[in-house]
Amino acid sequence: MLAQIIQNLPQVLIDGLTLGVVYAVVAIGYTMVYGILELINFAHGDVFMTGAFIGATVLFLMLGMGFLAAMPALIVFLIVIVVAGIATGLLGVGIERVAYRPLRRKNAPKLIALITSIGISFVLEDAVRFIAELKTGNYIVTAPSMFNHKFTLDIHHIMPFFDNATFQSSFLLVLAVTIVMLVSLDLFVNKTKWGMAMRAVAQDRDTASLMTINVNRVISVTFFIGSALGGATGVLFMIQYGTIDPYIGFILGIKAFTAAVLGGIGNIRGAMFGGIMLGLLEMFAAANLSLITHGAMGAEYKDVFAFIILILVLIFKPEGLFGKAVVEKV
Amino acid sequence: MNLKKIIPLVAVVVLLLGVISGCASKSGGSKGKQVIEIGSQSPLSGGSATLGDAIRLGAELAIDDQKAAFAKKGFEIKLKDMDDQGDPKKGVANAQILAADKNVLALVGHLNSGVAIPSSEVYEKNNLAMVSPATTATVVTDRGLKSVNRICARDDFQGPAGANFAVKTLKAKKIFIIQDKTAYGSGLAEQFRDQAKKLGADIVGYEGITVGEKDFSGVLSQAVTKKPDLIYFGGVYAEGGLIIKQARQKGLNMPIMGGDGLDSSSTVQIAGDAVKGVYLTSVAGDVSKTEKGQAFAKKYKEKFGKNVESYSAYGYDSAGVILKGIMNAINANDGKKPTREQVEKAIRGIKNYDGVTTKVSFNDKGDNTYAKVYIYKFDQAKYPPAQEAEISQ
Amino acid sequence: MTILSALFDKFAQSKKNQVILFIAYVVLTGLGLFLLPDSTIAFLLLLFSILILYYLKFNLRVKWVTGIVILAIIVPFIASHSDSYQTYMEVGTLVGIYCAMALGLNIVVGFAGLLDLGFIAFFAVGAYSYAIFASGQAAKFMPFGHYPLPGGTFWIFIIIGALVASLFGILLGIPVLRVRGDYLAIVTLGFGEIIRILLNNMDHPLNITNGSMGIASIKPPNFFGITIGNSSQFYYIALGIFLVVIYVVRKLEDSKLGRSWKAVRDNEIAAQAMGIPLVKTKLAAFAIGASFSGMMGVVFAAKQMFVDATSFTYLESTMVLVMVILGGMGSVPGVILGAAVVIILRTQVLTNISDWLSQMSTDYGIEIPAALSPEKMQLLIFGLLLIIFALYRTQGLIPHKNRKVDVELLKKESAAAALDREKVTSGGADS
Repeated sequence: MLAQIIQNLPQVLIDGLTLGVVYAVVAIGYTMVYGILELINFAHGDVFMTGAFIGATVLFLMLGMGFLAAMPALIVFLIVIVVAGIATGLLGVGIERVAYRPLRRKNAPKLIALITSIGISFVLEDAVRFIAELKTGNYIVTAPSMFNHKFTLDIHHIMPFFDNATFQSSFLLVLAVTIVMLVSLDLFVNKTKWGMAMRAVAQDRDTASLMTINVNRVISVTFFIGSALGGATGVLFMIQYGTIDPYIGFILGIKAFTAAVLGGIGNIRGAMFGGIMLGLLEMFAAANLSLITHGAMGAEYKDVFAFIILILVLIFKPEGLFGKAVVEKV
Repeated sequence: MNLKKIIPLVAVVVLLLGVISGCASKSGGSKGKQVIEIGSQSPLSGGSATLGDAIRLGAELAIDDQKAAFAKKGFEIKLKDMDDQGDPKKGVANAQILAADKNVLALVGHLNSGVAIPSSEVYEKNNLAMVSPATTATVVTDRGLKSVNRICARDDFQGPAGANFAVKTLKAKKIFIIQDKTAYGSGLAEQFRDQAKKLGADIVGYEGITVGEKDFSGVLSQAVTKKPDLIYFGGVYAEGGLIIKQARQKGLNMPIMGGDGLDSSSTVQIAGDAVKGVYLTSVAGDVSKTEKGQAFAKKYKEKFGKNVESYSAYGYDSAGVILKGIMNAINANDGKKPTREQVEKAIRGIKNYDGVTTKVSFNDKGDNTYAKVYIYKFDQAKYPPAQEAEISQ
Repeated sequence: MTILSALFDKFAQSKKNQVILFIAYVVLTGLGLFLLPDSTIAFLLLLFSILILYYLKFNLRVKWVTGIVILAIIVPFIASHSDSYQTYMEVGTLVGIYCAMALGLNIVVGFAGLLDLGFIAFFAVGAYSYAIFASGQAAKFMPFGHYPLPGGTFWIFIIIGALVASLFGILLGIPVLRVRGDYLAIVTLGFGEIIRILLNNMDHPLNITNGSMGIASIKPPNFFGITIGNSSQFYYIALGIFLVVIYVVRKLEDSKLGRSWKAVRDNEIAAQAMGIPLVKTKLAAFAIGASFSGMMGVVFAAKQMFVDATSFTYLESTMVLVMVILGGMGSVPGVILGAAVVIILRTQVLTNISDWLSQMSTDYGIEIPAALSPEKMQLLIFGLLLIIFALYRTQGLIPHKNRKVDVELLKKESAAAALDREKVTSGGADS
């Protein structure tokens, strides 16, 4: 049993990492918004999904105009991801304007904001489904395949107890782009003036506004960055897996939120770590659960494990692995 | 009346206006002829919409074809198509609506066994005959309902037929099975597993996946370590196409086999080139083989502008069987409009109906004694795949 | 126009006139349904009389009796002449089932302020508890007993369903008490998904739920030898349980427990400081809310005669939430109206409009793309409803009203009580 688990470990690590970085970037969107507004932006998963669809649309448009054949794939990819990122970023700002700002002004209970975010998520899902179905007759959209060069990692040769692992060039792309995004975000938050303003607003909104920080604008910027990252990840998802549908956002959103909680919500580095952790754990569970339990439980239970992790963390260490415990203010 | 009270009232009035517009259609019809409606229930939205829509369009074509024959007898036949969304609750609610409409004498439906089972309880109470083009679960007809018929093969025929082919023809010794944890997918996968075991094959893995996911690498990594000769997938194209694609990416180059849920152009669309070397069992025959079938495919393309899907011809034949039954019932009833009971009996009594893809004779449970299972193979990334074998009961 | 409405207002102010108007309305719509038996509008207009009744200035008991008479006698009697009888009663049954569920969720969300996004899990637990034992399924893992149990046990199972569901409510409640606010919503969502996945997978190693194949051939209930199989019969069961649920909710709302819930909702820390036991109060909300769902789950399983995990998805949980939000959080009549509107919209109105559109395209050749069908737009419609109500009408269709308290009377009473106490203590000091 153990030998088999070790055997496929390299492959599981690679697959887990692919899924994990996707979770990580989406988790950042949750964590940034939560850090500033203390609101679970349920619609974030669907912003991610919208990003994937916008990316697919741009890709198909470029395909139609013959750009795809004429330009190197990497440039096409960069155009697609930038367009999708900006579009979803603006979408995020719009959502905040329409759905959350009026509530904040009214000082409505947090429960209400949560409910609007569920509403937004429904509307996004259905609007995208509607458009996709109108254009293609089917809401499951298959993107033209890109970056599908296959690599084999010959570990078996060096360490015989491992199996060889294979991956596609899209894996390298996903990894590289997410690392670039994560590092630049980290620099942005920690080194720039806007980043400082964001941290200040997260710490204490009222005091920040006294320090001549335009709180509403900082919130807009936060939504823009979080959503743009989410949308860009949607494009990566589309390239990695090839097929998208309007419902990918929901379950991925929940898992990304789990990742954010795992790392300590409000903590950007924690979200990165939590995402990668969760991706690895999930992939490990899918590959090995039935081995470990001798067939009593199979890969179908992997989501149960993700949710149990979430519940356990929330109960026993609600501040997450990296967060600071908060004392409730009376 | 103050403002507070008006708002809920206005909301309800708006709702009622919606109903009024909705009901306007009810008054239409007749035109001197007696109307007979054929219901159809299949998922027109959701993950298996491609298959469900094919059933509906097939039925619509059959009704168009026979309009003239019924008009001669003084009847106007119509299709009443409903979307069951693949949801059992919706199916039952629709079934009640169909049962309430006295013009509906029989229906074509469903695609999913999980929807057909509760809905058929309603049909049974209302003597509304159902002819299913696609529900393969054994339980559908095993309950012995007199209104339930199907023209396709059962899971305990399709699954084992696939297993026979896999073990005997493809010589698979070690089989890895993946199923999608739906009534359809696990039913089929179980039947396949049991027969394959009986034939002496080693089942090296039996894993479930979640419908709607896109990343199946975990399960497939497990398959990589188990080194099977064949992977079997019980499920529908949305996941099946991705599993095929990701398996090939992982270097799993052995044959992959699936059930009729993969028998759709969408499988090719999703899997792309990876679809080469995929086998599938289907209860639907290849229409391009026969002259009749080719003519059907042409007509279908002309009318709807779409290529035939696996279940198009089955929807057509189900409706054909129903119309034949109604015609028999009309003749037996001296040209008057028959009752539902008469139609129900007439449909069950059909023998040797010659359809586009299959002959139809119902046994006492409502299963088609001529139902066959076909085995196809994708040699190219093109739909439809090539037929490899044809297995009769 | 304004004069006319003012006149009408004046006319409608007097009680006698209200009675006349109301009876005229019921007779008119009843006659409408009788003459146009297939008209869904007439049916809905007749149901609408219940809402009118709610706004009339009758004595509470009269309102109740009239409402029950309309729902239990007049509506089924007139509808039974229609071909669509079973359809109407199916809608009625569903409305009853979801009303009870929405009232249950209302206790958790509306009264106690705990957002639960996995509420459908309790419904599932109730449905499965009847399904397993009233079909051959139990024989697959139970070492003793003969299964399926006869249909007569249905009535006991209504109570068992309630108990099992409330047990699950407490099980969920215990860990959940440590988290609050938004986290609670996520934990309950996770809980709902876990239950659904478990139900879908518990066919091995021990076959308890028959996994994704679902449980078929569930025995219909049996009432003194009569087999209950039609929607028209289930309608009465649903109505009966619904009335019990309303009664319980009404009683609870103004009880000590109900007031503690609201206190916890409005300010947890302050409530705790006032000596309200947080744990017990929150657990009671979960348990009682869940038990309503559990009961209706049993009815649902018996009515469908088939259950599988696809009926209990996250979407269903949010639909129940939509009912509560739409109707008005914390408002009992509001939640009932919300549930009725959502169910009628889902099963009747959208289907009818879709039918009509597809009829249009076949009859007049107007091509309406299938993607536009309103039946498919459910998510969009309910999503928009959620947003609009959350933003502009947070209190819902019928806002929640706190029971009026006569402050003067209360002051007098408490002063008298204080005087009494003083007497007692001073008397004690004397001796």
